[in-house]
Amino acid sequence: RQELLKWNGWGYNDSKFIFNKKGQAEFTGKRYRLGGMVLPTFKEWIEKTFGASLEHKTTSRASLNINDVPPSIVNEEFLQDLRATKISYSQDAEDRVFRAHGHCLHEIFVLREGMFKRIPDIVVWPVCHEDVVKIVELACKHNLCIIPFGGGTSVSSALECPEEEKRTIVSLDTSQMNRILWIDEKNLTACVEAGIVGQDLEKQLAESGFCTGHEPDSMEFSSLGGWVATRASGMKKNIYGNIEDLVIHIKMVTPRGIVEKNCQVPRMSTGPDIHHFIMGSEGTLGVVTEVTIKIRPVPEYQKYGSVVFPNFERGVACLREVAKQRCAPASIRLVDNAQFQFGHALKPQVASIFTSFLDGLKKFYITKFKGFDPNILCVATLLFEGDREKVLQHEKQVYDIATKFGGLAAGEDNGQRGYMLTFVIAYLRDLGLDYYVIGESFETSVPWDRVLDLCRNVKERIVRECKEKGVQFAPLCTCRVTQTYDAGACVYFYFAFNYRGISDPIHVYEQIERAAREEILANGGSLSHHHGVGKLRKRWMKESISDVGLGMLKSVKEYVDPNNIFGNKNLL
Amino acid sequence: TVAKQTTTEWLETVSHSLFVCSQQKELTSKKRDEFEDILEERRLSSDLRYAMKCYTPVIYKGLSPCKPNTIKSAVLQSEQVQYVIKQLAKEMGESPDIIQEEAMEILDEMGHSMQLGAVRFFAFTLSKIFKRLFQRVCVNEEGMQRLQHAIQEHPVVLLPSHRSYVDFLMLSYLLYTYDLALPVIAAGIFLGMKIVGELLRRAGAFFMRRSFGGNRLYWAVFAEYVKTMLRSGYAPIEFFLEGTRSRTAKTLTPKFGLLSIVMEPFFKREVFDTYLVPISISYERILEESLYAYELLGVPKPKESTSGLLKARRILSDNFGTIHIYVGQPVSLRTLASGRINRCPYNLVPRHLPQKPSEDIQEFVSDVAYKMELLQIENMVLSPWVLAAAVLLQNLPAMDFELLLEKTLWLKGLTQTFGGFIEWPDNLCAKKAVMSGLTLHSNIACLVDGHVVLNDKGVEDGAVGEIVFKRALAILMCATYRNQLLNVFVRPSLVAVALQMTRSFRKEEVYSCFNFLRDVFSDEFIFFPGISLKDFEEGCFLLTKCDAIHTTQQEIYPTDKGSVIVSFLSAMFRPFVEGYQLIFRYLSKETKEAFTEKQFIPAVRNFVFQLLEKGNMQCYEALSSDMQKNALAALVQLGAVKKKKMSNGFTYNVNQEAVNKILDMFDARIPVQKPVAARL
Repeated sequence: RQELLKWNGWGYNDSKFIFNKKGQAEFTGKRYRLGGMVLPTFKEWIEKTFGASLEHKTTSRASLNINDVPPSIVNEEFLQDLRATKISYSQDAEDRVFRAHGHCLHEIFVLREGMFKRIPDIVVWPVCHEDVVKIVELACKHNLCIIPFGGGTSVSSALECPEEEKRTIVSLDTSQMNRILWIDEKNLTACVEAGIVGQDLEKQLAESGFCTGHEPDSMEFSSLGGWVATRASGMKKNIYGNIEDLVIHIKMVTPRGIVEKNCQVPRMSTGPDIHHFIMGSEGTLGVVTEVTIKIRPVPEYQKYGSVVFPNFERGVACLREVAKQRCAPASIRLVDNAQFQFGHALKPQVASIFTSFLDGLKKFYITKFKGFDPNILCVATLLFEGDREKVLQHEKQVYDIATKFGGLAAGEDNGQRGYMLTFVIAYLRDLGLDYYVIGESFETSVPWDRVLDLCRNVKERIVRECKEKGVQFAPLCTCRVTQTYDAGACVYFYFAFNYRGISDPIHVYEQIERAAREEILANGGSLSHHHGVGKLRKRWMKESISDVGLGMLKSVKEYVDPNNIFGNKNLL
Repeated sequence: TVAKQTTTEWLETVSHSLFVCSQQKELTSKKRDEFEDILEERRLSSDLRYAMKCYTPVIYKGLSPCKPNTIKSAVLQSEQVQYVIKQLAKEMGESPDIIQEEAMEILDEMGHSMQLGAVRFFAFTLSKIFKRLFQRVCVNEEGMQRLQHAIQEHPVVLLPSHRSYVDFLMLSYLLYTYDLALPVIAAGIFLGMKIVGELLRRAGAFFMRRSFGGNRLYWAVFAEYVKTMLRSGYAPIEFFLEGTRSRTAKTLTPKFGLLSIVMEPFFKREVFDTYLVPISISYERILEESLYAYELLGVPKPKESTSGLLKARRILSDNFGTIHIYVGQPVSLRTLASGRINRCPYNLVPRHLPQKPSEDIQEFVSDVAYKMELLQIENMVLSPWVLAAAVLLQNLPAMDFELLLEKTLWLKGLTQTFGGFIEWPDNLCAKKAVMSGLTLHSNIACLVDGHVVLNDKGVEDGAVGEIVFKRALAILMCATYRNQLLNVFVRPSLVAVALQMTRSFRKEEVYSCFNFLRDVFSDEFIFFPGISLKDFEEGCFLLTKCDAIHTTQQEIYPTDKGSVIVSFLSAMFRPFVEGYQLIFRYLSKETKEAFTEKQFIPAVRNFVFQLLEKGNMQCYEALSSDMQKNALAALVQLGAVKKKKMSNGFTYNVNQEAVNKILDMFDARIPVQKPVAARL
């Protein structure tokens, strides 16, 4: 698996954005619908948006320089004990570096141009729960530090090794614990090993006609255990729920022993739910090994859709109404104008004159006939799931609401493209990095009445901070309302800028991101909706959950892991 | 892009200059903008064409154009107002509809309805009037340009100083001239004027009842009205921090109500930022000068009625010299607030619920208010006459003209050292400058046989009482001009007063006396709250700068040369030191029972008047009701007088012993050891 993935960027080796010989943008590989297609307007968009130019290029180093990698320091007694368990392990530099980071901007930047100060000393691959128990026992015996590693898609600096850690750091890679242990069709649950990756889980369940419906944007790479450890949220949570709604039972190995419940029931009243100590613990308490998760029959019918709104305000008002009537489809997302334009720029070359004519006609209808300003309008993308009849009924209900808010149906294709782009967009950062453009996404949750103010203020703050920090080009700063709830919404921001002329772009970037987070908090938004805290957002924890709240979490940590074996220093 | 650059530049400057009360500012080298006379062009071209000019003001970037009526209904339908209506309906057992109607009436009474026709009418008439009244109306054009940028960027709040009714007329006129959106004005004064009131309303003023302390509905409607206009960026909002016209030309301590209303949308993040723009309007001769003097002496002033304004036409034939309007740097509220506001309280309560501001918010609002007033003071223009008046008041009843010239020139240098903003043309000799001042102010003083004499006409004939009254009138009018210097001089001067009072050179003692004086005069002069030590250091620094004192680690000595400065400075503030003592003495001796302010003012006036009649002392300024009120307020703050709220207003109870202690400190009979002790 490690071979399939980029060592210094996002996703699969064979999938990436390039500029071909004609100078046109192209997406390589066959894994995505966009694969192999030429994107004629994309180059212009990049140049216009970022002021970037193809002539100004940076290049990452081609491969890892083994000599830079910090040496592996592991004591021989532990190695002997480890060998006795027959658990496979590696001290190879590439294996260790691969597990020393997540996908924060600064981490990728280090991979391209520098080296981490501290990385794991050894990687172990347990294949089952018992293996994990043994490893944790050994770690306690030899006083080592364990950092659990699942899919490696963290964007909160959660996987970074604390620089000051003097003990041997063991990276516990769960990827070999990837079996579905059983499926219980009567209760619609499945017990799965925590290392399984999202898309494999869905693929394997689909063979029996089931799915979990949990689809975070990283599902191709992220693992079940990782979802539990970070309180993940899936695109289709409106039907299937977030991870906390999906999980029925968790088994976790801690230095204090194994924590689990005595039954697998939908709900119990036995004091505070211990699952909630585990979900979001970010690898500070132990390793999640097995999870019993709800499953559903694979839906009979899926339909995409999209709606154009005259402006973002009307769009948000519509989403609010949909949430109020509790008729949100499996997914409903509202992208702002900048993101709409961005999606537009990623349109592949059209196959026939007829399609291009049709596109032109659509555009004419919306902008001229309906009077939508192409620089203000915004788009909602929809995904319906269920049995055919109900989907069509549901669809009508949602479109009726949209009409009340000035929305115009804009076709299935636009909707589908929208969702495809979420997977592809992550690849874009690697392209940007080649041309002096750095960027990242961040998210929050916010009450409905503050959505508009928060979006506007955060964007404005970013623009202003960029100016103050000497960024020469206007940044791209765009957001989407990506989840709806009864009482609020989840908002997702993309932020990128051209850093030519700045000596320390990462530092500038981090300052601006920090300012943006301050702004979010001042606008009544949360520290995180689903990315988690990691080490990146630790400084705001006290403010977020109060002194006492933080103390409660600390006391759990103290009891479960008094010697800080799980010493990744996240969260607390 | 040039425009953009300057915007960022001044943004940076603003963010750097915030709450810097700490460092010793390079006061004299402060760069100020050049002035431009806007009347000059009016005198050369047609007023009618000017009034009919194409008027397309720049607007706030996010503004979707709306009519005044749309705003009114938005206010009425807002969650905030509806919430209060429901609450009141529940409490009073009334139907919400009735209260809603009441709210509608309030809105109608208050609301502005800006109409271009009225604006043009004003532009025309005001051109005519201003040209007759004033020689020049000088404006810093750079300030106007900065304002123009600010208006497009964020909601803007204009905070002018308030010396005259002319203030807001002039400001609207100015914005019209520069093609900027006319401000909506929160003014509490015109409800009596039917026709003019309506005209002003159509030109954008909106009205606030003077007192609506208890009326929750009124407060809710008013606050929401202001906030709606702010949030929508409809037009700049204008109000006076001082709350009312300063009768003494000395900046009044700020009121916080309106300021906290306009700050709230930012606290709740309904707007990204809000610009506060301090504006200093300085008059060479104040239109209402004699009215003010009468008022201070307790002679009832004419009601603010239309007929009153018409009578004011007589004034039209008079000359009122030059007006200077200095539009200060827009100050970003966001920058001011950064790191100071705990955001939690605003996140945990729905934003439409009325919320009592937390203590740190209240403190912040107060800090901002004082900061804005200090910025106003910094850019107030001082005319040569202001300097001459200050000299003259120390040399009553008459003074040799040559000596006056000499002293005025000397004071000019000192004022500049202290950072005062003097408008004195480079090539104008002292004689011409002072003479032109004397001409302009011939009602106050005149030149007789080479001597400048206070103009208290008819003093010789008439009863003793009348003589005292007339002299007081002349002195108070003259003091109005000297007063313009006081806030620039107050820090070094109080150090000088403290030096004289303590008769000690120990820094510690001088400081505690300074601190005591600063507390006593906290309603008289503008001090940024809580930075007594910094004020003291600034005072010492300025005195050192002009070689008046020499300081060591422990001690402060007046230099040989400096004794002139030290005694001039303490003489400048003597009327206040003496006046306060008089008023305190009255309170400690003559009041045994609780009293109201209405009883206090005439009684203390009588007390002072009798002393003056007997010729026991010469402190005419103690007759000023302004000083009397401030002195009473100071005692309340020092804890020597108890202020109680009763059904018919406030009553006061004097703690004789405490007042006596304060008096003793003035007489330096007991050394003021610790500031704590000074506060009793």
